Amino acid sequence: MTARLEVLAGVVLGALVVALTLAFGDKALLDVLMRLAIFGLLALSLNILVGYTGLVSFGHAMFFGLGAYSFGLLMQSGAVSIPSAALITLVVACIWGGVVGTFCIRLDDIYFSFLTLAFQMLLYSIIIGWVSLTGGDQGLMGGIPRPPFLGINLAEPRQLFVLIVVVFVVCVLAIRQIVQSPFGFALRMIRDNAERARFLGLPVQRYKLIAFVLSGFFGSVSGILMSLYVSGAYPNFAFWSMSGDAIFMIILGGLTVFLGPLVGAAVFLLLNDNITRLTEHHGIVMGVVLLAIVLGMRKGFLDVLDEWWQARASRAEARAGGDRQ
Amino acid sequence: MTARLAITGLMKRFGGVVATDNVTLDFAPGSLTAIIGPNGAGKTTFFNLITGKLKPDGGEIRLDGVDISGQTQSEIVRRGIGRAFQVASIFPRFTVEDALTAAVLTHRQQTSSMLRRFPLPDAASRAREIMALVGLERVGKTPSRYLSHGDQKLLDIALALALEPKVLLLDEPTAGMGPEERWQMIERVQRLWSEVGMTLVFIEHDMDIVFKIAQTIRVLRYGKVLAEGTPDEIRSNEAVIEAYLGTSLEEPA
Repeated sequence: MTARLEVLAGVVLGALVVALTLAFGDKALLDVLMRLAIFGLLALSLNILVGYTGLVSFGHAMFFGLGAYSFGLLMQSGAVSIPSAALITLVVACIWGGVVGTFCIRLDDIYFSFLTLAFQMLLYSIIIGWVSLTGGDQGLMGGIPRPPFLGINLAEPRQLFVLIVVVFVVCVLAIRQIVQSPFGFALRMIRDNAERARFLGLPVQRYKLIAFVLSGFFGSVSGILMSLYVSGAYPNFAFWSMSGDAIFMIILGGLTVFLGPLVGAAVFLLLNDNITRLTEHHGIVMGVVLLAIVLGMRKGFLDVLDEWWQARASRAEARAGGDRQ
Repeated sequence: MTARLAITGLMKRFGGVVATDNVTLDFAPGSLTAIIGPNGAGKTTFFNLITGKLKPDGGEIRLDGVDISGQTQSEIVRRGIGRAFQVASIFPRFTVEDALTAAVLTHRQQTSSMLRRFPLPDAASRAREIMALVGLERVGKTPSRYLSHGDQKLLDIALALALEPKVLLLDEPTAGMGPEERWQMIERVQRLWSEVGMTLVFIEHDMDIVFKIAQTIRVLRYGKVLAEGTPDEIRSNEAVIEAYLGTSLEEPA
């Protein structure tokens, strides 16, 4: 029942955003919303690991980069259609996630984080070094062809916009379903107390690996969307700072509320765009904001709201309980 | 009478120290047994060996006649030996009800589904039964980290119960509690035992509690079984009085 309501809410909201934007919006608004969908999906996919499994990956951008490059290269080869290229890319991402994850999940805490970082930098080095294939630090040049398929022409900005919103909504609903399923609660058990979960008979390592692959799967979807959006792929997609941005978004918005990372992505993009316009020292400003949040609130925006809401509810409950006595 | 849990010649060494020295003990089905002994007597080690957390260096551990020594922790859990910990081991961000539901799902191997919604109604109703059994219904919606110390230990026991164990091992269920809380806890444990009808073994330091509720007492010292018997037999056992209990037993409180 709740699942159906969520699907309904997602579809209605998505349709509303698309309709209003296409009716009244200009090109700039389309751009903002497409970037929000792409980075929001990146942060939400990372939060499967960070927020729900308790595994802080510093290398999540490897899936972003892998998705963008794999898809871009396939399209530039001219041999496959957009859906086939996306499908092949997702299979590649799952294999990469399975192999890399098998090594990473053997480690805990900071060691896990650093190994994910190491694998990401390995991918980055390959992208930079293999100039004949990837164009090195120039990125995939010459644009990514977007031949029409099934009557959809992604070279047309409005159609691209609709596709990105649709894919985004479908992925968000899928992630939501996963984290609210029995599997999702098994991940939370691992986050809270892996030792106890193991003692209850949960195959902890297998579940961590599945979470890692799932997170990478959705991360590479956002990479595919990114390469479609910018019609290219650049090494910074797979650089550590991109992983850092995704973690920053999660911290900003909060990791205990499902949509926290999406709100974080919105705030991040808003800050980033406006600060870049005002000053070239935008790293300093972002750093100060991060410090203020970490030291001041000690949690994300939605975490704060959620706690306020819970406190209110329990006060109301206490009052109701008092009346009954 | 066949024993539910039969331990024969169990050995464990840590370097030169013999932590468990040729321990042979039987636990009858449905029995309530206390294990006592001075600090360092090897009580917790004994539990760790039974549950597979430590591998024995020798001897047998038979559950319903099947030797389980050397099996992994999760295999032994599946076979029906549950355990609560000295320091409550819980899921801090889960509500009591969610934690128990998740534990029931894990036990039933239903956690792999990504297409259904948590909580599955079956598991949730089983979780509420367990809450009622241990007296946690009143805090069902409370996040585990906000529970009192005593309730956290109850939850730990409840998590073990979710596995429907044939044998339940409680490592100091009253550790760190005040006198009043201790008695509440131990009454709950006793009621649980009589209602569920499982074999219950607990480690306890408080002699009043031990003599009040245990059917059988086993005394460990230096990793060996020093004595076993009913509370009355233990009270009057010369070796126990000399080694461990002192003279305070002459006038029980």
